[in-house]
Amino acid sequence: MTAPFDRVDGSVRLVGGRCADCAASLFPLRERCPACGGFVERVVLAERGTLWTWTTQGFEPKSPPYRRDGEEFVPFAVGYVEFPGFLRVEGRLTESDPSRLRIGMAMRVVELERGGATTYAFEPAGS
Amino acid sequence: MSARPEVAVVGAGIHPFGRHEGVTGLAMGAYAVRAALADAGVAWADVQFAYGGSEDAGNADTMVAELGPTGLPFVNVKNGCATGGSSLVSAVRALESGAFELGVVVGFDKHPRGAFRTDPADWSLPAWYGEDGLMVTTQFFGAKVQRYMHDHGIPELTLAQVAEKAFRNGSMTPHAWRRTPLSLEEILEAPIVAHPLTKYMLCSPGEGAAALVLCRREALVRLPRARPIWLRSVAFRTRRPNSFEVFSPSVALEVAPSPTVDAAREAFEHAGLGPADVDVVQVQDTESGAELIHLAECGLCEHGAQVELYASGATNRDGRLPVNTDGGCLANGEPVGASGLRQVFEVVVQLRGEAGQRQVPNGPRVGFTHVYGAPGVSACTVLSR
Repeated sequence: MTAPFDRVDGSVRLVGGRCADCAASLFPLRERCPACGGFVERVVLAERGTLWTWTTQGFEPKSPPYRRDGEEFVPFAVGYVEFPGFLRVEGRLTESDPSRLRIGMAMRVVELERGGATTYAFEPAGS
Repeated sequence: MSARPEVAVVGAGIHPFGRHEGVTGLAMGAYAVRAALADAGVAWADVQFAYGGSEDAGNADTMVAELGPTGLPFVNVKNGCATGGSSLVSAVRALESGAFELGVVVGFDKHPRGAFRTDPADWSLPAWYGEDGLMVTTQFFGAKVQRYMHDHGIPELTLAQVAEKAFRNGSMTPHAWRRTPLSLEEILEAPIVAHPLTKYMLCSPGEGAAALVLCRREALVRLPRARPIWLRSVAFRTRRPNSFEVFSPSVALEVAPSPTVDAAREAFEHAGLGPADVDVVQVQDTESGAELIHLAECGLCEHGAQVELYASGATNRDGRLPVNTDGGCLANGEPVGASGLRQVFEVVVQLRGEAGQRQVPNGPRVGFTHVYGAPGVSACTVLSR
């Protein structure tokens, strides 16, 4: 399975797919379309989207599969960010304070260094 | 009512839910089977077939070591949260086919403490999904209800009212796990597990078992002690494209209806009854929001109408639409293999008028049950006196 994100012109972008046959949108990218079996073309998503919904993770997920930080667990937030014309994609949020999160707010994709590995996360984008 | 039902529940048994050190899941299952047999007034030797299963507690068919190796066909079912529903639908179809006249279904489980541990590879998901901390069922429930509350104007108070009712009903249910009533304040001010859900708004994996004896109409003449409750329909469905389910790295812009919608509609259609006919309801309440959402998805209320339903007490034991009269998953915990049959047990007891302190008043005639689970499965039943 390929990484779910890439760097394009200095910015972090999510990588999904679109079925060449039925045009279904996919995230994460797969070789074949689960809807029709067709071949899937790689699609690079927009830098920004809007927060469709969110919640918090108040306890440490069981490890494995969770990759621990090696430090005391700090609750984090996760959410689905809507990319128009594509899908709503799930990921960790850099902001975990519920009072600073609201449905519809602008979010951008960023890299997140955690536990010795790099993944993606969504960060409030102001405006 | 439409077509004459052919299959009846004639025995119902339950092993207390909760935590039982030193008791295996299989032993709890056998206990529930013996209780159901005694309730029906039949012997294990009279049972022609059985379906049963658990998620984490072993193979149901090995229960014959305790119940008696009579040589009966005993089919193991393992279908996640739909294990009980799948066993039931399979047993009902076997009876409807005419191959058998009397059988048993049993569901049991015993899970380790804490949230479920799941491996992304078992769910066709990439490793990073689990490593990043996204492979947690509670996140789905929190995220889904957060959006639902936004779309339908539901306040956090309604979530707390669901939990308050659950623990009040649990306090009147001898086999329930959590039997101490909690105030709205205690529920709302508890630590948040998955915003907006506090720890009292989410059920815990647990232990327990439930069993039913089912028979065809013709067999009733041989069961003088039976108080039959008719299974008017059972429906079992899985998800369609673009539904929003547990462990979804992405969700479509146009979300398709949940399998709950399909299963409930089919159950009512086959029963020849509608949501308005129902006197007592058990729906999957993995957390408070799920109860609210499932009531609407099953057609038992409009989306958004839950605020008034709970504020007015309509879903209380003595209300217009009694919901989860035994305290549901919130008060009983979630032994995955047992929950679906616990719901049917509760409806059977209510329709017979044998629910004691928690009895729904005025002689309920029609009951409805609904389970939902990962990765998008739902089973519903309609029962009547």
